Amino acid sequence: MAEHKTLRGQLIEAETLISVDELCRHCTVRVEEVITFVQEGILDPSDNEVVPEKADSWQFHISSVRRVRTAVHLQRDLGVNLAGAALALELLDRIAELEKA
Amino acid sequence: MEYKDYYDIMGVKKDATQDEIKRAYRKLARKYHPDVSKEADAEAKFKEVGEAYEVLKDPEKRTAYDQLGSQWQAGQEFHPPPGWDAGFEFSGGGAGGPDLGGFSDFFESLYGRGFHQAGQPGRSSRGFQMRGDDHHARVMVELEDSYNGATRSITLQVSALDHSGRVVTRPRTLKVRIPKGIRRGQQIRLAGQGGAGHGGGEAGDLYLEVDFNPRSHYRVEGADVYLDLPLAPWEAALGATVKVPTPAGVVDLKIPAGSQAGKKLRLKGRGIPAGEPGDLYVVLQIALPKAENEEQRRVYQAMKQQFAFNPRAGMEV
Repeated sequence: MAEHKTLRGQLIEAETLISVDELCRHCTVRVEEVITFVQEGILDPSDNEVVPEKADSWQFHISSVRRVRTAVHLQRDLGVNLAGAALALELLDRIAELEKA
Repeated sequence: MEYKDYYDIMGVKKDATQDEIKRAYRKLARKYHPDVSKEADAEAKFKEVGEAYEVLKDPEKRTAYDQLGSQWQAGQEFHPPPGWDAGFEFSGGGAGGPDLGGFSDFFESLYGRGFHQAGQPGRSSRGFQMRGDDHHARVMVELEDSYNGATRSITLQVSALDHSGRVVTRPRTLKVRIPKGIRRGQQIRLAGQGGAGHGGGEAGDLYLEVDFNPRSHYRVEGADVYLDLPLAPWEAALGATVKVPTPAGVVDLKIPAGSQAGKKLRLKGRGIPAGEPGDLYVVLQIALPKAENEEQRRVYQAMKQQFAFNPRAGMEV
C-alpha cells in the first residue's frame, strides 16, 4: 500500500505537555493505571503533585506516551509485574544514555 | 500455505513439558520483544514466537496440533486434513496474549480467524461513532535531514481488518516531510493517518517520534552537535587549517597552535538550525603516527631528546 503523496505533519516539541486524559487516550489505558505508574515512579507528572487526588490535573511530557506503552507491553507480553516493568524501563533508559555517549 | 513447526520455533522438543514451553517462551519473548530487542526483525520473530506459544501453551490446541502428525516439515505446503479438529472445542479468545495484529494463515486455518478481536475494547459493532485510535511509531532520520529538511519514506507495520473481517498485518509506506531543524524527541503529528474510525467516526492521528540514526560520527545533544576530530601531532602543536565534515558540508577549520586533545572548538550557529540554532562543537583528538622505519624512529628519538616532556607529571610519578 504505497502512498505517493508527501505528508506534512505538525511538529510537536519534545517539551510539549499533555493532560492525563490525552495520555490515557494515546495509550488506551485508564486513569487508575496512570496513577499506579506514577506511584511506582515510572512517570513523573510535570507539576510534581503526585497525590492521586490531583490526578485529573496532572500533565505529562509527550515522551510519557512511549513510556506508558512500553510499560503496558512489557507487562502484557513478558509477564513481569509493575516493578519489573519499571526496572526494565530504567535499564532501557541507561542503555540509551550509554549509546548516546 | 506453509506448515509451521511450532516446536522448532520455540526451540523445544516435541515432548517438552508445559513448564519447559513457558520457560522457552519467556526467554524468547524477552529476547525479541520489540520494545527491548536490538535484534534485526525482532518484531517478526516476536510475532512468530507468540503464535507458537498460543498453540503450545494450551493443552487442547497442542494436542490438536500434535495430531496433525510428525510427517510435516517446516515450510512445506500445507492443507489441514478434513475434519482434523473433530472433537476439539477451542475455547477463549486471545485475551492476555500479545497484541500481534493477527496470526499466520497457517494458524488461522487450524484454529479459526479473528482470534484477537475477542476481548478488544471498543470494537463492538453497535451503531455508535468512535474516533480511530492514535498510532505511535519511532522513525530514524539522518542528522543531515534536520539541517536541510528531507522527504523520507517510512514503512510501518499496521493491523487492519480485511474484507472478510479478519485482522491482517501489512506494511504501509508513507512519504513524510521531515522539517528542517527537527530534534531528537520531537514528534510529527500526521492528522487522520492513525487507525480508522468506527461507525463513521473520524480517523485517529499518527505520531512519529524522531530519533537520529546512531551510525554517524556526530553526537547530538538538544540542538548542539559534537564531532570528534583527529589531528596529527604537528597539526595540534604548530596549528593548521584542516578540512572538517559537518552535516551542512565540509568546512575549513583553523586549529590554533598548541591545541591539546579534548579541547573543544565551537562553531557558533552550525548546530541544528532553528529559531535559535545550536552550535557545532569540534572535539580535538590527537592521532599518533606509527614509527615504522628507521627514519621515522629517529624522528621520535629526536623529539625525546628535544623535549623534557613528562606526560604523567600531574600524577606525581
